[in-house]
This record gives sequence, C-alpha cells and structure tokens, in this order.
Amino acid sequence: MIKSLDPRVNRASIELENPIEPLKEMDQWETFEVFHQKKRGDQHMHVGIVHAPNADMALLFAKEQYGRRGLSVNIWVVKTRDVFTTDYDDSDIFETVPEKQYREAGGYKVMDKINKYKKSVKA
Amino acid sequence: MNNTATKELLYKMADDLLIIGHRNSEWTGLGPILEEDISFSSMAQDKIGQSQALFHLLHELGEQEPDTVAFARGAAQFHNCQLVELPNGEYDFSLMRHFLFDHADQLRFELLANSSYEPLAKVARKVKGELKYHVFHANTWVVKLGSANEESHTRMQAALNQAWNYALGIFEPSAYEEDLINTGVFEGEQALFDRWLTNITPQLLKAGLSIPPQDTWEPVYGGRVGKHTAHLEPLVEEMSEVFKIDPSAEW
Repeated sequence: MIKSLDPRVNRASIELENPIEPLKEMDQWETFEVFHQKKRGDQHMHVGIVHAPNADMALLFAKEQYGRRGLSVNIWVVKTRDVFTTDYDDSDIFETVPEKQYREAGGYKVMDKINKYKKSVKA
Repeated sequence: MNNTATKELLYKMADDLLIIGHRNSEWTGLGPILEEDISFSSMAQDKIGQSQALFHLLHELGEQEPDTVAFARGAAQFHNCQLVELPNGEYDFSLMRHFLFDHADQLRFELLANSSYEPLAKVARKVKGELKYHVFHANTWVVKLGSANEESHTRMQAALNQAWNYALGIFEPSAYEEDLINTGVFEGEQALFDRWLTNITPQLLKAGLSIPPQDTWEPVYGGRVGKHTAHLEPLVEEMSEVFKIDPSAEW
C-alpha cells in the first residue's frame, strides 16, 4: 500500500502508473437530476445533475455539489431517464404568432403611466 | 475543571481532525469520480474547520495562536491517534478509516454536547450537522462497497482488518480519564468505545463485513503521547511548508 512516505511522491507517480485513457462507453454512472429547496415551502429548483449508481449515492453527492453553500433545507434527486421531455424537433410549438401582443405583458403600455406616477410622487 | 486534563482532551481531538483532514485532502483531484472528489474534499475542509475551533479553545486556555499550534510543532508533539496519520493507500482504506474514525468523532462530539465545559459543548452542538453528513457518507459507501461484488467486498474486508487495531487506538485512555469524568467534562474513552462498537456493528453487518475476532485485538496506542509512525513527519512537513516560509505573514 505504501509507496513512499512523502505523499507528493505517491501523487506524482499515479499518472505514470495509470496513463490517462479516453473514457470507455458506460464508464460513467447514470445521471440524476437534482432539485434544491432553499427554505421550507419554497419550490424545489432544478440546479443540475450528479452521476451516481443509485438514489442514495445521488443524494449523498447532491448534498455536497449543490447544498454546501448558502441555504438549503431539502434536496430531491430523480433519474434523468425517468424525466419525460418534449422533443427539440418540436420546439416550434413554443413559437407564437406575433400579432397577439394583446395577450402578452409587453402588449400593455403601462411604463408611460408608471413613469408619470413616479415623477408625480417625486415632485 | 482541571485545565491540564481539558487541554489534553482538546489537543488530541484537534490533532486527530487536523491530521485526518489533511490526509483526506490529499485525495483532492484524485477521487474516483468528480462528485465523490468534491464531497470528500469538502468533508476534509470541515475537519480542518473543526480542528480550528478546538485550537481556538486551547488558545483561550492559554495555549499559543491556532496557526502556531497547528503548523509550528514537530511530529512528536502531536497527540493524534496513529490511525489518522497512516498513508491514504487505496480508496478502500481511506473510506474504511473515514468510517471508523467519523463514527467515533460523531459520538465524541455527541457526548461533549453535554459537557460541563460550556465552550466545548457549544462547538459540539455547532458541528452536529457536519458530522451527521460525514457518517451518512461513510455508512453509504461502506455498506454499498461491502456488498457490491467480490472484489469490493474483499477490498473492504482487507481494509477493515488493516485499520482495526489502529482504530482501537482512537480510544487510548489518557492519564486524566478520572478527572474528566468526575468534573463532567467528558464521559471518557471507555464509554466512547462502547458506544462506537454499538454503532458500527450493525453497519458492518449490513455491509457483510466482519470485525476481526476479539482475541486478535491489539490496540495501537502511543499516538496520544506523541509516539507516531514514520508517516506523520512528512505529512507535518508538507502541511506546514507554506506557513514556515514566513510564520509572521498575515493571511
């Protein structure tokens, strides 16, 4: 087990003994999507993924990847392959005909009124 | 409260945490996968932080500045058990050591949360969450690898056999056991050992791993009184390399 008393020597030789090879297929564990909750009652927000062999380990890793800084009270993990998605080929379903500004927030010309009000308050 | 007894307790705890924190940090960048690398490194940083909190308590009791105590001592002045100074070896050994040590560490702080020495009780309550995660991490890995396949099982059992007598050395009784117990500072190493064995046994059982037979137990003592393996000195030298360039530098 012990190659040298100096950890730096062990570290340096690791590369020599195991030259870096390109990743083989299935070299990685599957991915889990991670959802993080800042405080109780908040919605869980998607924050990224972790690689893990099972849900326990995914939670273990997710806690350190996404919960070690800032506030956290809860984490969910879901297997990526269990997530249903739309197809990128169908991304045109999100497009909408431009002549419908009346149903978009931008269609309401309120900024003029807001600015006018702000001015009147200041004055 | 007997200050000498309390200091001895603080020194061994702080040194255990500093040395295992440094050892575990040697895996940074070399962990088996990215996520585990980050987790293990993050826990190593937790350990250093915990040791720093204890060095602060020592400073309040009249010892030198935390940085001086951590980085200006020679190996023979360290009070850590020998388990934590052993080289990392393969990941199986590092995980097994992490499992054996962190169970003891969590229980030690749990007992100290009720210590009559309030500053220490406060630290113990503060690190509770960190330790809970460390033990959760250790349990998850040990149980999975112990029962995954033949190779992982064989490796984990070998790591357990190799670490066992050193792990028993965590509980090396000090000259001040009676003092600490009588003044309500700490319930003592024997009480800690009993709880430790109770906690690790079911986890090892779940992992399909066997504790070496009791008639082979030979606790490796000496670490608490400055008797160390040849592995500690190079570690201390590397750890204090930057500090020693200019001990008066402000960080």
